[in-house]
Amino acid sequence: MPSRRASQSVVNGRTGQAGPSTPVSDVPPAALPDRQRSLPETVISVRGLRMAFGDFEAVRGIDLHVSRGEVFAFLGPNGAGKTTTVEILEGYLKRTAGEVSVLGVDPQHADSDWRERVGVVLQESTVEPDLTVKECLSLYAGFYGSPRPVDEIIELVGLAQKADVLGGNLSGGQRRRLDVALALIGDPELVFLDEPTTGFDPSARRAAWDMIAGLQALGKTIFLTTHYMEEAEHLADRIYVLAAVGEGTPQTLGGRDHAASEISFTLPTGVGAGDLPEGVANAVTREDHDRVELHSDAPMALLGPLSAWARDHGYELADVEVHRPTLEEIYLRLTEGSR
Amino acid sequence: MSVAAAPQLQYRRRSKGALVLHQLRYDSLAFLRNRQSRFFTLALPVVFLVIFCALFGNGTVHVAGGTIKESTYYVPGLVGFGLIQAAFSNLVISVTAQRDSGVLKRRRSTPEPAWVLIAGRSLTAVGTAVVIAVILMLIGSLAYGATPPGRTIPAIIVTIAIGAVSFCALGYALVTAINSSDSAQPVIQMVMLPLYFISGVFVPSSQIPHWLTDIANVFPVSHLQKALLEAFNPHTVGAGFAWSDLLVIAIWGAAGLVIALRRFGWVPNTR
Repeated sequence: MPSRRASQSVVNGRTGQAGPSTPVSDVPPAALPDRQRSLPETVISVRGLRMAFGDFEAVRGIDLHVSRGEVFAFLGPNGAGKTTTVEILEGYLKRTAGEVSVLGVDPQHADSDWRERVGVVLQESTVEPDLTVKECLSLYAGFYGSPRPVDEIIELVGLAQKADVLGGNLSGGQRRRLDVALALIGDPELVFLDEPTTGFDPSARRAAWDMIAGLQALGKTIFLTTHYMEEAEHLADRIYVLAAVGEGTPQTLGGRDHAASEISFTLPTGVGAGDLPEGVANAVTREDHDRVELHSDAPMALLGPLSAWARDHGYELADVEVHRPTLEEIYLRLTEGSR
Repeated sequence: MSVAAAPQLQYRRRSKGALVLHQLRYDSLAFLRNRQSRFFTLALPVVFLVIFCALFGNGTVHVAGGTIKESTYYVPGLVGFGLIQAAFSNLVISVTAQRDSGVLKRRRSTPEPAWVLIAGRSLTAVGTAVVIAVILMLIGSLAYGATPPGRTIPAIIVTIAIGAVSFCALGYALVTAINSSDSAQPVIQMVMLPLYFISGVFVPSSQIPHWLTDIANVFPVSHLQKALLEAFNPHTVGAGFAWSDLLVIAIWGAAGLVIALRRFGWVPNTR
């Protein structure tokens, strides 16, 4: 994911660490803020989590584990219990059963010291309509024991031009940035982002991704829920799909790394599928007029003979395409039964 | 793999008193910026005072100990009205809106103890109530000659303090009964408008049928009106403390506090 790695360096001014792609645990301890130095690795640990509202079981047995410095994407269809789970982890809801530990504390018994270390971006925007960006952040900064400077956070989320605008007059995307700013003002170790870019236009979403990647570069652990597969793929180190209980990196989720590739191209005029070299012709799974599709677990074994054949006969095959299953396709397959 | 232990660090936290004041500062700023808050708590009581005194101010009304000008009667009643608008009505509207929009939930995610968040907002409501009461009394005194005798000033201060705190607690209690911020305004009108009419705030109590005043006397509005009138009434002898009325107001306030403590929620009621 080169774009993501590159973007991390944009906003990692605070720790000033070299090598944007360096995992946080590899950074010399001196480069990290005191609070994050020499701490063990597990940030969130959940075992057998269940939550029932009356007769309705919103969450049916979740096990998950999030390590320090990780961007953890928590996906699932609407109604699968995503927000309920997040609210249990944030300490808003008391669970029905299971073990939950967040930063070494059961969030059900969270105290002020724990809340100092956790930043929350709720699903709905929650800016104060009658305070300016700067005033709102100053209000929240006062709630924390060791907040970041207000101006620094405003800069970090890209609201410097809007510092004196009332919360009620911000656009949707700007409100969301202020939400994120409010979550960061207390300098938390762990940030919950519940659908942070819903309703963003593509360029605002890109900017938000850069910002979130920047948070990881600052050593924060990020628990992200989203409906956008592209977002999960771009940002996440690991993905957990609720309701399907699929877990993996964006590259390996649901056996994506082993799934067959699809190669397709248009045959030159007067050439039939039978004229293809033998190994290639055997892999043809679909023929639509002169358009041919091949499937293979080992696409290079087909592409080699195919290109040699094309070169020998002087064919261009200008529209050849190699398609890997997208994360969205994998996700839809994993969650098929629960929709 | 070991589980992260809570780090041994001390956060430099401000004292709770400083935090309450910190929140008071921003909550009052937001209050002053909000047009609806300004209108319903600052403008409306003044407008009502001017209208009622202009319409009926020159008549006389029977009160304990004799008769007084109607304008002298309306000033304490509308001081009570202004106090209730600020400490109760506006509080209910703004807190339900904050709850529904997630602002309360968000504030609760900070290290601040719940009581500090409540105390800061309550102090804004009580402070606003005191300010509007003072403004109305100044207008009453300068424009309508309704100046209370100096010896009853302590009674007025105590009555306003008990009234503001009690109605603030009642406001939090009512918030727990309102499911959506859309219904806050109608619910308040439904509850308060009839009470204002039968409690002697808009119409002198001597002109209200007994069965209605009997109903009104169950509720705190009429007792606030009576306690303030006692202090403003030139025929009152002594310091003007209406202890039994103050007791009824305080009991209502305490009941409101109990309900609020038991049922107050930080997240939207619709789940």
